[in-house]
Amino acid sequence: MELPPRWAFLLFLLLSSTKASGSAVDKEEFQEELLLKPLPDRKVLAHFHFETRAPPCNSNGRRHHHLFPKAISQMVEKFRVKEMELSFTQGRWNYERWGGFDTMSSNNAKPPGVELWAVFDVPKEQVDASWKNLTHTLSGLFCASINFLESSTMYSAPEWSFRQASGSLRYGMLPREAVCTENLTPWLKLLPCRDNAGLSALMDRPSIYTSFYHSQRLHLTSNASDLEGLNPGIVLEQTLTVVLHPSSQRTSLTHISESYLQPSWSLSSIFGRKVNGRCALAKSSKVYLQLERGLVSELEKNIGSEGYDVEANFELSVNPDRVLKEENSRHGIGSSLLYEFSVDKYSNSKPFDLGLTWKFPVIWSCQQAPLHAIRFLMGSGNERGAIAILLKSTDLNDSSPGADSASDGCELHVNIFQIVPWYIRVYYHSLQLFVDDQLKAVGAFVEKIHVMPSKDKISPGMMEMVLKLPCGVKSAALTLDFDKGFLHIDEYPPDANQGFDIPSAAISFPNFHASMHFPSNDSERESPMLSKFQESSPVLSYTEVLLVPLTTPDFSMPYNVITITCTVFALYFGSLLNVLRQRVGEKERLLKSKAAAVKTGRPSELLSRLLAKLRGRSQEPSQSPSESSPLINSKLVLKVLLMAALAVAWQYYFG
Amino acid sequence: MPKTETETPKMKPRPIVRLGIFLISHSLLVSVVCCTAGVLALLLLPLLAKSTYISENALMPGSASSMISNRDISEANRLASDLSGLNFEPQDAAALESRGILTKYMSDLGAEVSYHKFHHKPNQFHPLHFFSSPDSTSSVKNFSCSAHGVNTVGIIRAPRGDGKEAIVLVTPYKFGKSGAAETLSLSIAYTVFSLLSRVTWLAKDIIWFVADSQYGEYAPVEAWLRDYHTPVFTGLGTLNADTCVKIDDLYVFEQKSIAQRKISDGFRRAGTMAAALILKVADRNELLEDTLNIYAEASNGQMPNLDLINIVNYLAVHRQGLRVKVEKVLTLLDSRWLEILGEMFELLGKVARSLNPGWKFGISTADYIEGSATLASSLYYQALGIPTGPHGAFRDFQVDAITLEISPKVFPHNKARHNEFLLRGGRLVEGVIRSINNLLEKFHQSFFLYMLTSPSKFVSVGVYMIAFALLVAPLPLVAASLYADANQLDLGVKNTKSTPTATASDELDITFRSWKWLSAAKEVFLIHVWGAAVSLLPYFICQIPNCSPTSSSVIWVFLSMLSLLILYLIVGSPSTHVSISQPEEKGEWAILKSATISAVFIGLLVMSVVNFAAAEIGALLLVPMCLMAQPLKLDMKAGKLRSFLRIICNVVLGFVAFPPAAFFVVKTIFEGFDSINMGDFWNWMESLWAWNSATYIYIGMVHLPCWVLCLHILLHSC
Repeated sequence: MELPPRWAFLLFLLLSSTKASGSAVDKEEFQEELLLKPLPDRKVLAHFHFETRAPPCNSNGRRHHHLFPKAISQMVEKFRVKEMELSFTQGRWNYERWGGFDTMSSNNAKPPGVELWAVFDVPKEQVDASWKNLTHTLSGLFCASINFLESSTMYSAPEWSFRQASGSLRYGMLPREAVCTENLTPWLKLLPCRDNAGLSALMDRPSIYTSFYHSQRLHLTSNASDLEGLNPGIVLEQTLTVVLHPSSQRTSLTHISESYLQPSWSLSSIFGRKVNGRCALAKSSKVYLQLERGLVSELEKNIGSEGYDVEANFELSVNPDRVLKEENSRHGIGSSLLYEFSVDKYSNSKPFDLGLTWKFPVIWSCQQAPLHAIRFLMGSGNERGAIAILLKSTDLNDSSPGADSASDGCELHVNIFQIVPWYIRVYYHSLQLFVDDQLKAVGAFVEKIHVMPSKDKISPGMMEMVLKLPCGVKSAALTLDFDKGFLHIDEYPPDANQGFDIPSAAISFPNFHASMHFPSNDSERESPMLSKFQESSPVLSYTEVLLVPLTTPDFSMPYNVITITCTVFALYFGSLLNVLRQRVGEKERLLKSKAAAVKTGRPSELLSRLLAKLRGRSQEPSQSPSESSPLINSKLVLKVLLMAALAVAWQYYFG
Repeated sequence: MPKTETETPKMKPRPIVRLGIFLISHSLLVSVVCCTAGVLALLLLPLLAKSTYISENALMPGSASSMISNRDISEANRLASDLSGLNFEPQDAAALESRGILTKYMSDLGAEVSYHKFHHKPNQFHPLHFFSSPDSTSSVKNFSCSAHGVNTVGIIRAPRGDGKEAIVLVTPYKFGKSGAAETLSLSIAYTVFSLLSRVTWLAKDIIWFVADSQYGEYAPVEAWLRDYHTPVFTGLGTLNADTCVKIDDLYVFEQKSIAQRKISDGFRRAGTMAAALILKVADRNELLEDTLNIYAEASNGQMPNLDLINIVNYLAVHRQGLRVKVEKVLTLLDSRWLEILGEMFELLGKVARSLNPGWKFGISTADYIEGSATLASSLYYQALGIPTGPHGAFRDFQVDAITLEISPKVFPHNKARHNEFLLRGGRLVEGVIRSINNLLEKFHQSFFLYMLTSPSKFVSVGVYMIAFALLVAPLPLVAASLYADANQLDLGVKNTKSTPTATASDELDITFRSWKWLSAAKEVFLIHVWGAAVSLLPYFICQIPNCSPTSSSVIWVFLSMLSLLILYLIVGSPSTHVSISQPEEKGEWAILKSATISAVFIGLLVMSVVNFAAAEIGALLLVPMCLMAQPLKLDMKAGKLRSFLRIICNVVLGFVAFPPAAFFVVKTIFEGFDSINMGDFWNWMESLWAWNSATYIYIGMVHLPCWVLCLHILLHSC
């Protein structure tokens, strides 16, 4: 055989690459992790993170999945989804108390209801079709009304403010979707162990659904394959974020100092269950306890100068396998601690039940995003109003995370992305910008703006903008006026009198990145959650959902409407016909003839009428007006009296 | 066909036209019948009242058992004792301290607390801003440190709620100088708030608004609502810039007391308001049992949805055993004529029932009297157009709100009794909030246009507008008939066989006469312009410093008369005008009366859309006077008994329909002759314009001009 050296080299490359991939990510793998984090307002955050990976493989046609859910992989293949995220959320993430400047809040804090975005790997003109199909598939998969996102009035295509994707990104929200256990069950079905074993066994439905916030999220990325026929590798990341209140009896508030002692909790007290070992199919199963930066620095202060003995403040019921300390890059305020527990060694007989008991009161606060965003409606009445977005500086004590670049020329970039349904007719020209309580020209602070005005019944209005604010800004406010539109009667939802929702706006800060770096001293693959933490993602927060009351017809009165309409029509057409039918002078002629007829006598009149009728309506028109009797006619009175007597008799005897 | 050339037969108009002509030709009879029926229908309203029912099924009042526990109550008691412990300190310090204590208690419950500063500005008459919504920019100007208040707002975010809607609970409280009653209302609210901070069923956010009521209860609520709905972004800076020293102190104090919790002074919001409850405890004691007073009338006779009143009434009566009352005119309760009327109706009801047991329209005399007293007060407060409490501010922003005033039987000094009172009040508020929380949509099912005849009975718009319609119906008929008479138009009613052969001069005469109404219309218009000018006068009178109400009203009357005189001088008195033109039979004054009646008709109809109750009362006064008006001279000349009676009627009606006279007559009837003071009328009118009541405009631009026109007709020299 004579192969040219070039060919041989290529073959070698190919072989070696498959070999390398075969050794590292040959098999599908599943990892489960749980992060627990005490929150400043006496609550506990539990964040479940499950990751399933399917490696790319080049078997043409079907492939066999061992762990990876087939439904997802088929969906990805069919609609050529490059990246997708679906979240079901109930409750609001409290950015002030639970933090707004870490990976947790910018990745896992989602707006209430359903949020779905997807990036497709198809030509631009097919994106919409793929999106529509995708919504229907997801709707079936997750038992939710995601299919409502199919209509073009419900989704939009942000270009740069939400996420960089040139034209192939679609984004939609359903703020009113009620999220419950029927959405969780299909989500759990995607896990290899469902909720029978492993960490997911902790998901006790009552304790999850009485939580203050819970958000289940499904994120998938498929590393696009350049080669034809090669199935893409898919990473499916499922997270469930729950904020729970440890149900310890509320301490009496007599002594304020006592009330500041954080509640002690354990897995069994917050979930009502324990972990009975790991899911057998999982590659690793770990539980982390995170103490965030603010807390750690407070704890260090509490202890004084005893070094890093943070543990003296609390007691853990289980000894951690590892303690990770964040590699403090640039934040001046301590570094967070991560206690790692491996569930591998626990079993049914010896369940894992992590407990945390506080010994000393500690008060700390979470790190905030540079600006806290509030969105609200202005005005009252059914005619018009205004949307206001208020950005307020959060650093009251000037410990701004971005203070490192606090020179005069420092600028704070804020991305605002907002979708408004078409029946809220926003006038984008009425955009007003107030910076530090002063009306400013919009052009001076807006770096980039992209507006897609809404089209009635076709597409929602979308606004993307980049604000460029000075660093020391105290507050900035944006207002947009709108008119409230009218809907057609069959476009109203069943509970129209509640009002209509404006989905949350997404506010992100592109020059602030939330990331945590932990030393990875072991050679084995890092936990997916920690690597997620290390990815630097821009700080993102969502605003409130707004409720706009629109004018609604009185749905309970279709009968009245029909009656009134019919009356109006009858009156209109009746009088119109009457006018059209009558000829000039006709009436007079008729009267004359009648006068003549009266002279000749009644029987003859009847006869002439009869004759006229027989002759075929030659002089027929409009006998009726002349027929009407004088107002007070003895016969008529008699008839009326008779009827009244009958009615009284009826009422008396039968009523 | 045989032709009869001797007579051209008369054209017979269409039946509806003939009916109209018939009515017009018998306008005297029709107007007498209609007016009597209108008054009678008004008197019959208590009989026609229906029992209230809860229309919206989602409300489900009282279906859940109350969850208020003793712990909430003991917490509330501790708050109350903490607050009342401060009463011995100087007032400013006490106010500061008590606000701090309240804040601490609120934030210990996990609520978000914020302060809302407002500047009280007394209501002023701005003729140009009458119908415009309250202008928020003007509040920033004329800023002074002397009149500012600080409200405390606590917000509980509903766990798992989406924060789109909120329920507001308002307790007025005078920080630093509170009485026992106010503290009690605060503890009831705290009891509920503490419960709501840990319940799981909450779907809407709860806002507890503690209004700083040192400048009245309405002003703080109104200021807060204005800032909630129409914030000023530019104003904040100036407001903060010259913030008073006291407020700065306040924040220093806050920072010290609760070091770690940031009490943000920023304005906190919570979605669209679904409903609001204003909770008060009355200072007076009730004779029989614990009583709940409901106040619902907002500005311009707007009412909250009937369902809100229904759930409060249902829960108070059937769950908490409170006696529910609505305002009534007490003097009507022991009026003799009403009793006789009630007995008559009762008798009628009995007779009807003996005929057919199915007819149930009779009510007992006591019920009738009670019902009409309540109805009269309902009618009066709606007509006045002044809100009866802080709930009025909410209605201006289309939020349903009522005031609940609980008055205890004996003021609870005894501990057990005190706790029981707290429990009852708290359970009532909890139940109402829970009902509203159940509501998916906003209140829309039940009535918005109604009058109450008792807390559990109402008269809906479909029934009470019959009385008004009957009163107003004769007006166009009489106007038409007068016009026809004056123009000698043959409407085909009089059976004149001979049709006038028209000559050229006659035709000219007819065209001249048919345009005669223009001069009458001009006069009516001028008088209305004068009315508008008179209603603007108080704006200038207000500018006179140190003017007592009595002198102000005297000045007002004097200026009005002066301006009327000047108007006559400029335009020329119509009486002189008449003498020039040929003295016709009815002519001039009949056309003037016709135009007046048309103006009254239009005015009343427009007013009935704006404020029905005001139009109803106005119609009661104006319609008889307008219909009766006839020149006194004519009647004097006639000298018959009938015309003598008419003179008396005219004079009496003319006196009663004069707004100040009507005011004083009513006041004499209800309060006795001693309390009459000239300044009262000024004060009354002042309250009308200060509250932007449309009734003021009605009195100035419809009622007064029409009264002047009627006087004009009475004094006509024909």
